[in-house]
Amino acid sequence: MTRETYVNAFTLALFVAIPLWAVVADEPFTITLMTRAAIFAIAAVGLNIALGLGGLVSLGHAVFFGLGGYSMGILAYHAQTYMSLAEWPLLIEGTKSMPVIWLTAIVVSSLAALVIGILSLRTAGVYFIMITLAFGQMFFFFAISWSEYGGEDGLSIYVRNGFPGLNTLDPIQFYGLCLGLLCLVLAFAWRLANSPFGLALNAARQAPLRVETVGLDPARLRLVAFVLSGAIAGLAGALFADLNRFVSPVMFSWQTSGEIMIFVILGGVGRLFGPVVGALVFVALEHWLGGLSEFWHIYLGLLLLLIVLFARGGLIGLVAGREAVHD
Amino acid sequence: MSLILLIEQILNGLQFGIMLFLMAAGLTLIFGVMGLINLAHGSLYMIGAFCAAAVAGLTGSFLLGLIAALAGAALAGALVELVVIRRLYRKDHLDQVLATFALILIFSEGTRWLFGSFPLFLDVPDYLSGPITLPGGIQYPLYRLALIVIGLAVGLGLYLLISKTRLGVQIRAGENDREMIAALGIDIAKLYTIVFALGAALAGFAGALVGAIQSVQVGMGEPVLIMAFVVIVIGGIGSIKGALIGALLVGLTDTLGGIFLPEVMKLFFDPSTATSVGSSLASMAIYVLMAAVLVLKPAGLFGARA
Amino acid sequence: MTEQPVSATSVPQMPVLETRGICKSFGALRASQNISLDLRPGEIHAIIGPNGAGKSTLIGQICGTLKPDTGSVHLLGKDVTHDATRLRARAGLGRTFQISSLAMEDTVLQNAVLGALGASGKPWRFWKDALHDRSLTQTAEEALLRVGLEDLARHRTAELSHGQRRQLEVAVALTLRPKALVMDEPMAGMGPEGSRLLTGFLDRLRHEAPILLVEHDMDAVFSLADRISVLVYGEVIATGSVEEIRANAAVREAYLGDEA
Repeated sequence: MTRETYVNAFTLALFVAIPLWAVVADEPFTITLMTRAAIFAIAAVGLNIALGLGGLVSLGHAVFFGLGGYSMGILAYHAQTYMSLAEWPLLIEGTKSMPVIWLTAIVVSSLAALVIGILSLRTAGVYFIMITLAFGQMFFFFAISWSEYGGEDGLSIYVRNGFPGLNTLDPIQFYGLCLGLLCLVLAFAWRLANSPFGLALNAARQAPLRVETVGLDPARLRLVAFVLSGAIAGLAGALFADLNRFVSPVMFSWQTSGEIMIFVILGGVGRLFGPVVGALVFVALEHWLGGLSEFWHIYLGLLLLLIVLFARGGLIGLVAGREAVHD
Repeated sequence: MSLILLIEQILNGLQFGIMLFLMAAGLTLIFGVMGLINLAHGSLYMIGAFCAAAVAGLTGSFLLGLIAALAGAALAGALVELVVIRRLYRKDHLDQVLATFALILIFSEGTRWLFGSFPLFLDVPDYLSGPITLPGGIQYPLYRLALIVIGLAVGLGLYLLISKTRLGVQIRAGENDREMIAALGIDIAKLYTIVFALGAALAGFAGALVGAIQSVQVGMGEPVLIMAFVVIVIGGIGSIKGALIGALLVGLTDTLGGIFLPEVMKLFFDPSTATSVGSSLASMAIYVLMAAVLVLKPAGLFGARA
Repeated sequence: MTEQPVSATSVPQMPVLETRGICKSFGALRASQNISLDLRPGEIHAIIGPNGAGKSTLIGQICGTLKPDTGSVHLLGKDVTHDATRLRARAGLGRTFQISSLAMEDTVLQNAVLGALGASGKPWRFWKDALHDRSLTQTAEEALLRVGLEDLARHRTAELSHGQRRQLEVAVALTLRPKALVMDEPMAGMGPEGSRLLTGFLDRLRHEAPILLVEHDMDAVFSLADRISVLVYGEVIATGSVEEIRANAAVREAYLGDEA
């Protein structure tokens, strides 16, 4: 086992042990924090597929996170107001069922990722960064101006959505659901990195001309990576909205895109558990530094700056050396 | 929908576009010469606005405020370049994005810490306030008209700077061939600091000018920054001409879209729906424009490279 | 040269790869001027010429990274002028690069598996481990064995020496089971021993896939080539056997002048 494997195992152990302790010690807020970390981790694992494996610096993943959030918000809103979403050409009702909501979130964000991907992958480098950022802003302003679903104020959902066989109102049960999904997503990301697709995508990041020369299309590989990445971020968005029982345009904001990227970088780009470690550390910092100072973003900024300038492997890189994950 | 309203809105669009141009020109210059993507450009815009508001508030002079904005933003730009940015030129775009994102966090929170969360106000000076009557009897705010004139003058100055001066020769050399300028014996480190400070000054100047018609607050820079990105994508990276054309297109599209799309929608929907659908569509108009340019010319209207 | 259309009856000697009158200019620079050449089964056709003669531009047009202004490129009798690089690769065109273009963070085996994956045409598999897929690894390992890199399969490509990277380039091209190979200076930067080994290898390889060889190493060219074309200022000034080229006055003047 490499040191990185130990770090990964330790991280996963924290995700199990802390909430269990919180149940025993009756600290529901800690469970909420851990749920937040698990959900952020899912979004970041999603981004890491595009960023770490595909080399696509997307500053627009808030689009998918937000679409996931609004998928939940809109479906649940229609369910709680007993108004159907559409009556023609077919009747679509709202729902309070998590599996249906998740599936919707995944489908909607995949479609958005497909369209945004087709447009923005016509370019590369700095253009790609600016375009993804711009599309994020488009959704942000659209959500603000869309008064039917709360506009700037967002949408509140009164009761958390349900999952068959579980009481999602119990914090630890909802957390368990999120942790389960995180594990599923991690398993997928791990298999993906080693799969034929992952191998080709990884090569397309390092030597695109080589990939073309063996008869594969780097652009198509990147597009599929972008869609998968967006779909996972969308799932995370639906969970995040359910955690807060609230969605607002803030989920679409450029800060959200930046934060998802920070999770990945804090932990370590291209490493399987990088996003997970990053999300956990971010939530911890947010909680502790946020308690110490109203201006904790200054410290976050400084930390980020230090990592970029001096510790490119992220926190996992600091602990486990610069051995990358795909091996 | 009268002709007067149309002309007024076109002027508004021009004014907005010109201010975007000041932002986009700095960004595209910095990218062209140093190959750097700078997300913190919006922070420099904000710093300019805060410097102007603070100094104008203390001295009561708008002009001193403007000078403070230019100086403050240029100084902040030079400082940031010396401490952080110059370590990023050799790094990849991801590092540049992250480091400059970190700078946004530091600048925004730092400003909030210094000035608090409440917006400051920068008053339009007496000699520029009130409406002016244009030929044809159109009443238009003098200050906004002044912004158009000032912005165009700055644009002209920038053009002269780049095409006629020694610094301009160095900048153009830097855009074409980085090894060349080293071979010419130009001090690259100094040139980069100057170019970055110049871009920062343009952003700070725009922030101060716009600060007088909007409120001066933390976070004011980023929406403008992202719009400036749209401008650059449309105009083509590294092209000042592209930045100007792109900025005017974006300014006009955004302003006219916001006014006319709800009107157009009234042809299809009842008035309240039309207003809501129209304004939703209007908020997307410039991004649709950007998407269209991407489909037709991926490198932008005046871009040399994809 | 061959202006008449290729007919089915001429299959045995039908050129595998052919350019017909391709021209390419960059502004005022005419990088390719009416270049017509072909690659026939079983041969090594070397392209030589001084630096800046337009060899890279020619290769770019043959492999699809550049589009000729006029003229056409034919692969196995099919016009591929407007096909992308990857389509030409799928049709059987293998290529090695002058500057190694490999996934440096990946292992040697992973690079070779990438070639096998390209040849299989099925990259859309998201779950099964690529390195445990026998259909891929077998092809990859065979290719590595042929170029003598089998012992380094688990090493990172970045750890390879310059010459070993060249060998890996060839191995990746082999995984495609190419019908024609375009090699851009495969000997560059190789030691004498490496050059000798690679020369012997290419000598045998020509019967499997004919090779269009761009090379500066004249010893290798003269010992390997069945035919040589000399490119000067974007123009082919002579094509012929080694002896013909050695004897050609124009070539001696333009290119070999100071050596002869």
